[in-house]
Amino acid sequence: MTALPRLTNGHPVPLADVPHLDVPAFRQQVLDEIRPSAGGFLSAFFGLPTGDRVGLYAVISYPARGVLTALRTAVGDDYPALTPEAPQAHWFERELAEQWGVVPKGHPWLKPIRFHPSYRPGKDAWGRDPEEIRPGVTEYFRVEGPEAHEVAVGPVHAGIIEPGHFRFQCHGEEVLHLEIELGYQHRGVERAMRGGPTKRSLHYAETLSGDTTVGHALAYCRVLEGLAGTPVPFRAQVLRAVALELERLANHVGDMGALAQDVGYLPTAAFCGRLRGDYLNATAAVCGNRFGRGLIRPGGVGFDVDPDRAAGLVDRVTAATRDVVGATDLLWNSTTVMSRFEGVGTVSHQAALDVGLVGPAARACGVERDVRFDFAFGGFRFAQIPLAVMTTGDVFARAYVRRMEIERSGEFVAAQLRTLPAGDLRRPVGAAQPDHLIASLTEGWRGEICHVALTDSGGRFAAYKVVDPSFHNWFGLALALRDQQISDFPLNNKSFNLSYCGHDL
Amino acid sequence: MTIGGAVSFAHVALALVLAPFLLSVINRTKAAYAGRRGQPWLQPYYDLGRLLRKGAVYSRTTTWVFRAGPIVGLAAVGTALLMLPFGRAPAVISFQGDFILFVYLLGTARLFLVLAALDTGSAFEGMGANREVLYSALAEPAVMLGLAALAKRLADPAVPGLLSLSALHAAMTADVWAAAGLVVPLVAVAWWVVLLAETSRIPVDDPTTHLELTMIHEVMVLDHSGPDFAYITYTAALKVWLFGGLLVGLLFPLGVGVPGLDTLIGVAAMLGVAVAVGVVEATIARLQLPRVPQLLVGATALAALAFVLDQGGAR
Repeated sequence: MTALPRLTNGHPVPLADVPHLDVPAFRQQVLDEIRPSAGGFLSAFFGLPTGDRVGLYAVISYPARGVLTALRTAVGDDYPALTPEAPQAHWFERELAEQWGVVPKGHPWLKPIRFHPSYRPGKDAWGRDPEEIRPGVTEYFRVEGPEAHEVAVGPVHAGIIEPGHFRFQCHGEEVLHLEIELGYQHRGVERAMRGGPTKRSLHYAETLSGDTTVGHALAYCRVLEGLAGTPVPFRAQVLRAVALELERLANHVGDMGALAQDVGYLPTAAFCGRLRGDYLNATAAVCGNRFGRGLIRPGGVGFDVDPDRAAGLVDRVTAATRDVVGATDLLWNSTTVMSRFEGVGTVSHQAALDVGLVGPAARACGVERDVRFDFAFGGFRFAQIPLAVMTTGDVFARAYVRRMEIERSGEFVAAQLRTLPAGDLRRPVGAAQPDHLIASLTEGWRGEICHVALTDSGGRFAAYKVVDPSFHNWFGLALALRDQQISDFPLNNKSFNLSYCGHDL
Repeated sequence: MTIGGAVSFAHVALALVLAPFLLSVINRTKAAYAGRRGQPWLQPYYDLGRLLRKGAVYSRTTTWVFRAGPIVGLAAVGTALLMLPFGRAPAVISFQGDFILFVYLLGTARLFLVLAALDTGSAFEGMGANREVLYSALAEPAVMLGLAALAKRLADPAVPGLLSLSALHAAMTADVWAAAGLVVPLVAVAWWVVLLAETSRIPVDDPTTHLELTMIHEVMVLDHSGPDFAYITYTAALKVWLFGGLLVGLLFPLGVGVPGLDTLIGVAAMLGVAVAVGVVEATIARLQLPRVPQLLVGATALAALAFVLDQGGAR
């Protein structure tokens, strides 16, 4: 076993300190670190070509210890896959195969995930013609038999949502297997970030997933600040934490309303639809944009909150949170709603650990992971929000975790705005250190957002890896649907509410 | 067979005109619960007008069955409407055993809707058709047993013709409620459940959802467009009127014996039914689909109980 470097959230480590192992040693050590008894999770696993070989980098986080580590290897056109022994690597290895034409041998279900040509011309893991690649056109798992039938949903949906394709293998109304095919919104963000930072990079980060503008912008800015060693003014750190929680509040409240809507329960749906707007408007009162664009800036924040406005925001958030708690309590007190939520779409604790779920979906299964708590950063180092954990792993648990987080985030925002520290808003960010690796974790409302940057000898991004929480959780949704009613899919889907564009990048 | 008078024809015209308005009442009731103003009162009529002005799109995989579905459905439900007594007046058509034809006409409408759905070859519509057939098969006995229970209760050997909706309507009075004990309330509960199921309302179906996988009725008609869809929407409105009329006309036949006034009382009662549907939709969640048969079988059991409870028979 090689001694691994100890990384902390948002602090760079010289690339020379990241151990370079041979392939079998790398594979074994990653597997050892991410098995449940070791407490590690695969936060990022990505490639960077060097010559005719591809460097593989694994970033592993240990929530219980609050530290991360990184290790690397270099492979040719194939290597023995990790997935058979560690399902957490499933999606990462499919991504690696697609991006760099590296075949993880022994991968049980090696398919593209975003349907773009390989980044290494001429090296395609499936030997496809780059001109012939179409999203969603691939093989699908099929259940054969006279009574089995297949239902295909999407990529165009009835609601105004993002495109994604869902294949259900059904026996009557029962779902035997769900396969999720995404990639329709692949824009090449990671590729566009390479060679940065440029003035466009922040915009790319803000638009990685529109409903997580603050989360991704924060992760990106902390990469820049960490690489340059720039301390962020305390006032800015607190305002960032407030913005992140307002984003969480707006989305969680919207989800509560959507869950009620999906079971046809009008009162909560109607209340939450309105209340979500109150939180979005609170964000707009700070920076002029309901989704927080322009608020998080490298070195600090782009807008200040004067005392009058802070007092007004405290009142608004407190009132809205009180109303949300009342509106969601209607759900728990309605037997018709609870019969739809309880025992539906259950993901076991073990499955959640195996596939590496993050965010409320993981906490609903009793997995105690929350970046704000485990890898406390910025304002969360001084004022902590308690973990919200449930154990049943069903739709009810995912809803109730949100309900607890809403209440606690509401209190946090009000408390922080009442005691805003004085000081600067923004400090200039210096040049990034060359040949460093940095992992920046943020708890977006969906869960762990991980940005990893590698700098070259000039301090530019040689690689920029984005792992949206949805990347971990889409497979969790597929697991939740096993042996469930197909008519409960929308409800389960809403209880995860994952990002398509955050996954597709 | 008897043909009703001018009042009966006027009642049919009233139903044809007012049926979409019931949808509006349901919608406004829900809106009031949600703290919204709701759509304009005449919105269902605007929607029908808009659809009728549009062209229809037909998939190449469909045949004449698909095109016949909405028309046969409207025709069958329209014919059934002719047998519905209303406001203390007999129906336009009434004869011994007409309620069997009434139920079968509704079955015909459903059959063609289901065939049209299957004709598209879509997985969604097949799923919807499957659900529709299952649930209506479970709801139908509740209607029939309820009618049988009433006929048995009101049977009078001296007066033939009680196996007719109009005759039942005429025979049902407040005295019957007082004398029949649980029979009428049991049928009322069973038919209330059937009304919610047959008109695709919560807790059985959700007419406002956009989620195909959860739909029953709506998913079967996804491929219909333009005038075809207008017919289907209008047929759905007429079905609300039909089942509301069954409930109001056979179980709560309030009246004072003055033709015009009785009509108004009937309309008010129909609006009351619509408000009640809206209240149910606004206050409870949908059932999980596997639980729907339990609800419908429960309704059938109540109707059966009403049938066997009434050992006394004749007045």
